[in-house]
Amino acid sequence: MMQPGLYEILVISSALFFIGVYGFLTRRNLITVLMSIELILNSVNLNFIAFNKYVWPDRMDGLFFTLFVIAIAAAEAAVAIAIIINVYRTHRSIDVERTEEMKY
Amino acid sequence: MNGSTIIFYLLAVLTLGCGLLSVITRQIFRAAIYLLFALIGIAGIYFWMNYPFIAAVQIVVYVGGIVVLIIFSIFLTQQTGEQLPRQKTGRKLFSALAAASGFGFTLLQVMHFDFNESAGVTAVPTVQDIGNNMLRAGDGGYALPFEIISMLLLAAMVGCIVIAIKHKEITL
Repeated sequence: MMQPGLYEILVISSALFFIGVYGFLTRRNLITVLMSIELILNSVNLNFIAFNKYVWPDRMDGLFFTLFVIAIAAAEAAVAIAIIINVYRTHRSIDVERTEEMKY
Repeated sequence: MNGSTIIFYLLAVLTLGCGLLSVITRQIFRAAIYLLFALIGIAGIYFWMNYPFIAAVQIVVYVGGIVVLIIFSIFLTQQTGEQLPRQKTGRKLFSALAAASGFGFTLLQVMHFDFNESAGVTAVPTVQDIGNNMLRAGDGGYALPFEIISMLLLAAMVGCIVIAIKHKEITL
């Protein structure tokens, strides 16, 4: 049996991406939607690192993009949770069906 | 099949299994814990690919930061012991169909595409290389994105405080 390489990692990352898409489509709670987005971002990071390692091992672009994506994901999660807490305070619920109006 | 291969497949099963459980479980706290283990599995794959710095950043930022933030927000917004409402079967079915067909098409494309894999032994970038390139402005340097990300993080931090702050009632 061969050592796992680029294709195995791409299969894992695309499976993780579509698991995240499934969660994004079915979940109705804002926090679980945010978790699905985190899964999607992680699968993208895995892709960047795999391409950096197996296709361009002499460069470090994929590595830096992964670092920047992680930083942006942290900022995005913090802002999203601030918004979720604010929505909970005004609507008493964080279900996407019940938070229809943008201004309270 | 040697030890490295077995470890890779164990990490893959951990990541995908916990990721799947995280999107289908009906208890939100369990979903957060499954997400934690899925992120740890991805950090393990980074270790397996010999990128220890990225794995460390993954553990510090995701496992230590974002998951803790999510768990705190669950504590602030959910009633304990309450399950998420059951979804309509039609919605679940069509979402699963959409995700599965997307996965199938992507897999088909990936398997038929011949990536120009480099055969040489991969050089592992050290932390010193990463630091030098991140703060260099010339060719292959990432000084400008680094500065932009630092501005973005500052703006996000101020924005969070402004959004989440409790407005006091003004009494005259």
